[in-house]
Amino acid sequence: MNEYMLIFRHEDGNRVASPQQIQAWMKQTMDWIGGIAAQNKFVQGNGLPFDDARVVQHDGVVTNGPFGEIKETIGGYIIVKADSADEAAEFAKGCPVLQGDGNTVEVRKIAKADGVH
Amino acid sequence: MKQQELIPHLFRTEFRKITSVLCKLLGLAQMEIAEDIAGETFLLALETWPYKGIPENPAAWLHAVAKNKAKNYIARSNVFNTKIAAELKHTTPCAQEIDIDLSEKNIKDSQLQMMFAICHPSISTEAQIGLSLRILCGFGIEEIANALLTNKETINKRLFRAKEKLRSENVKMELPGDTEIDKKLETVLLTLYLLFNEGYYSESSDNVLHEDLCMEAIWLTSLLAENEKTNQPQVYALLSLMCFHASRFAARRDKNGELILYQDQDETLWNEELIAKGMYFLNMASTGHVISKYHLEAAIAYWHTKKEDTREKWENILQLFNQLLRIEYSPIAALNRTYALAKANGVAEAIVEAEKLNLADNHFYFTLLGELYKDLDSNKAKQNFEKALILAKTPTDKQTIQKKIGALSAG
Repeated sequence: MNEYMLIFRHEDGNRVASPQQIQAWMKQTMDWIGGIAAQNKFVQGNGLPFDDARVVQHDGVVTNGPFGEIKETIGGYIIVKADSADEAAEFAKGCPVLQGDGNTVEVRKIAKADGVH
Repeated sequence: MKQQELIPHLFRTEFRKITSVLCKLLGLAQMEIAEDIAGETFLLALETWPYKGIPENPAAWLHAVAKNKAKNYIARSNVFNTKIAAELKHTTPCAQEIDIDLSEKNIKDSQLQMMFAICHPSISTEAQIGLSLRILCGFGIEEIANALLTNKETINKRLFRAKEKLRSENVKMELPGDTEIDKKLETVLLTLYLLFNEGYYSESSDNVLHEDLCMEAIWLTSLLAENEKTNQPQVYALLSLMCFHASRFAARRDKNGELILYQDQDETLWNEELIAKGMYFLNMASTGHVISKYHLEAAIAYWHTKKEDTREKWENILQLFNQLLRIEYSPIAALNRTYALAKANGVAEAIVEAEKLNLADNHFYFTLLGELYKDLDSNKAKQNFEKALILAKTPTDKQTIQKKIGALSAG
């Protein structure tokens, strides 16, 4: 069994949501992750808050947050166990982030430290 | 208390005290000697009391006899010369002057140290539970065999091997140091948790026995909660969980000893005092930064002390199961989570999720599906209950499922 990272990409990280919306998304996210954990396929995960973010440019210039200049931004990730990328993609389909227009979930296999990858 | 009740009662409370204190004195390797001395003490009581009358303070009588027997043993054996004398170099090497300390404090300390010694990672969890029942709870071999649904020979072998192992690993009776205590406490808590579950979910027909088992687990956990080195949040969380569960004892069995399911229980029989204790301990557990599985299970048990089905209740239970599964997967938590999902988000969503669980060898899985289909499609419900019936192993489980099938055709 492999591990895959599901990376949540938001088209516009700056969009303002109402507290009720945030509450609903939180519940949906917890239920979605709980469903994966109930299949014993959850490894770990984290949200990456947009607040207080920095981007370090190649010339060493540090700017506040990736917003505005970069089209999409990463909002969080989870790592799941799956036999194939397709199985991992099935998990990704339930991700509440996908309800946002233009948002995507990227599925990436995690390299094993076994010398094969 | 009549004499035939008095001796078993004293055995339960005093055997473990004498054994632990003597083990502390003689060394864990002499566990069998300690057990023998404690056992002989009770034998003497049985031989003396019927003729001379029950002493005014039976426990003190037992302690005095055990002390004498221990002193005689030490004087007789070369244990004194080789082990104790070496450690007591500076004191007078006379067996009769050795203080066998049966004070309240030494008894508690010895039992606590014994708990850590028995829950040593070198012996199996099964053996840890068996030894705990024998040495810390004063259960007889036959009682242990009944409680764990096996026979005396198996238990005797299991305990013998475990004691051998503790000897060969040179396990000491001591509280672990600050750096090790968290890791060791984890093992002790797991054993206590399993000990409680053994009683709570026991298939044994002896109700008194499995309630005893649970109360012993609660008592041992309280020892940890009372000691300032071991009273960590997860200890309180486990204690809280046990109290919430134990509060339903009177309600979960009918007159014939048959199990009554949660939703059919008469909640006026739930024990308010234990529920209040559970809440108190849950509050005590709410410190620190770590949320253990005991915290989450205690919180789930707390919501179950509210019988009324509310959205809030099931939403909370669902989120607690979501968290619990992220920490530690278990099939039973996955199934319970799906049941909570049905209550919080609706049956349709729960059926879709249930089908992903991949637990087709588990009778609870088909019982759950049967429950979920009950109001939607009674044919499908029946099919699932029947699959569950084939997979169920114990008479209690089969009976419960039969009742569910019966209720379907009746409705």
